Amino acid sequence: MAAKPAHGQARAPINKTCKIFIGGKFPRTESGRYYLFSNNSESAPYTANICRSSRKDFRNAVVAARAAQNGWATASAYLRGQILYRIAEILEGRREQFASELKLQGASTRQANSEVDASIDRLVYFAGWSDKYQQIFSTVNPVSSSHFNFSVLEPSGVVAVLSPECDPMQFGLLALVSNIAPVIVGGNTCVLLAEETHPLTAISLAEVLQASDVPGGVVNILTGSKSELVDFFASHKDVNCIVHSEANNANSTRIQQLASENLKRVVQRPVAQWHGETMQNPYLIKDTQEVKTTWHPIGS
Amino acid sequence: MAQKRKRLPNLDRVNPVDETGVNERVARFCTRSIKNDSKHTALKLVLSMIDLTTLEGQDTPGKVKQLCQKAIHLHDNLPGLPTVAAVCVYPNMVGIAKQALMGYGINVASVATAFPSGMSSRDIKLEETRNAVADGADEIDMVISRGAFLAGEYAYVFDEIAAVKEACGKAHLKVILETGELVTLDRVKKASVLAIQAGADFIKTSTGKIQPAATMQVTLIMLQTIREHYYATGEKVGMKPAGGISTSKLAIHYLVMLRETLGDEWMTPDLFRFGASSLANDVLMQLQRQADGLYQSPDYFSKD
Repeated sequence: MAAKPAHGQARAPINKTCKIFIGGKFPRTESGRYYLFSNNSESAPYTANICRSSRKDFRNAVVAARAAQNGWATASAYLRGQILYRIAEILEGRREQFASELKLQGASTRQANSEVDASIDRLVYFAGWSDKYQQIFSTVNPVSSSHFNFSVLEPSGVVAVLSPECDPMQFGLLALVSNIAPVIVGGNTCVLLAEETHPLTAISLAEVLQASDVPGGVVNILTGSKSELVDFFASHKDVNCIVHSEANNANSTRIQQLASENLKRVVQRPVAQWHGETMQNPYLIKDTQEVKTTWHPIGS
Repeated sequence: MAQKRKRLPNLDRVNPVDETGVNERVARFCTRSIKNDSKHTALKLVLSMIDLTTLEGQDTPGKVKQLCQKAIHLHDNLPGLPTVAAVCVYPNMVGIAKQALMGYGINVASVATAFPSGMSSRDIKLEETRNAVADGADEIDMVISRGAFLAGEYAYVFDEIAAVKEACGKAHLKVILETGELVTLDRVKKASVLAIQAGADFIKTSTGKIQPAATMQVTLIMLQTIREHYYATGEKVGMKPAGGISTSKLAIHYLVMLRETLGDEWMTPDLFRFGASSLANDVLMQLQRQADGLYQSPDYFSKD
């Protein structure tokens, strides 16, 4: 029960400090910079100071993601699936919080609830694929020599994700979940830059991830300016793959050019209706996997 | 001079250390702003001060030769790099390292005296030292008998260091205090005084086999002891923190501490070394980043 305010004063509200998520911890940006998020409402104004991450935060996040990658990739598919399912469970328990943040980010009550539902379902969907996508995409290949030849998928490694611009019908949770889940279910670790105009749900999702047995460093979430950080995301030599949804041709070409420094895999997602059935399929997992083919000699 | 130096000091007279003060001083070294040009110079200096080390039971001649190759060709993509100061190996690998480094101006350092525990008889320790020097070691890294030191048998430890120094002949002697086993900063200070008086050319924090290995706190105490000895006698003793220094950032903090404690004269591989194996690649990655502006991956640097 809330204590009765002394002298008739209203209780001072306790606002959350919005921080970034690196290696399972919540530091502030090392640069100390921030930008203002506002819901542009006159009746119920809301503002928050959001970390404007620097390239050094990104560098630290990549170090954390790299350190976590091997352990995550060698965890059993079953365990990875369980952990993804666990994220969905925790998200379900905090649906009120996410719905209210989605509303601050512009959604109506109906839209907010439907986006939370879709996000939870999507996590469950990808959790289910964790021990199945390998069977779908692996092959035994016919060859004309005495070899048993087979191809299997392996995670790319550290994946940098530039969160997609939300289309006008989405408000910053479903797109986030839809970009993280297929990447990590396949054993990759990721560094994600949240969309600049929808930071609240990204920060809260980080709290959910931390509370749901996801090992530190598997998902790292930064907030800040995309135009400032995109070059570093694309050119970092210890990043093995970059996922973006840059609609502008010049920008997407630049990402490809910088990514060629270390032959990063570049995955371009459409700026899409993330609610749609088409954004829910195992090919999204395959996009951030490498194919390894093995030639195993057999007796003639 | 040497005669005068080799007298067992009265360790009861060594002033106790103010641990809080040391922590505060160390914290301040870590807040210096290093600009790009200075950083570039510092990184190169760090490289030139590294004793590239492999001290594993699984070392093979092949592994040692490979490490020597790494010492000679740190990263050929970057022209104008210095070489490391020395390659540090076990005594039975000295001959192999010496041959591999012939003509490159890189010293061979050998651990000796029943490294890392030092639990052996004095004859064996001296014999091991003489063998390593005969095989071509330019520098000897000895360990002190921590058990005897902790039991208060300072004369025994003093005599042992003096005897090993004699057995070294022309080779430089680094004395490892193994500060992780001395536990308190007071004992680190006493051991430093003892080692310097007994004839150490360098004092070194750790074997790398015990945690904690080098910390900035113990290194500061040892640097201060070196400074006191310099003021008293005019002799310059070297310093080698070893173990646990694996990032460029931390190495640069050590250089700041060195510069602000002992001054420019000690900013040379002749008087300061880093005992490390993974530090070199981190420094190289920073230098490469400065050269091409891209964050680097360990995938593009030879492992050893």
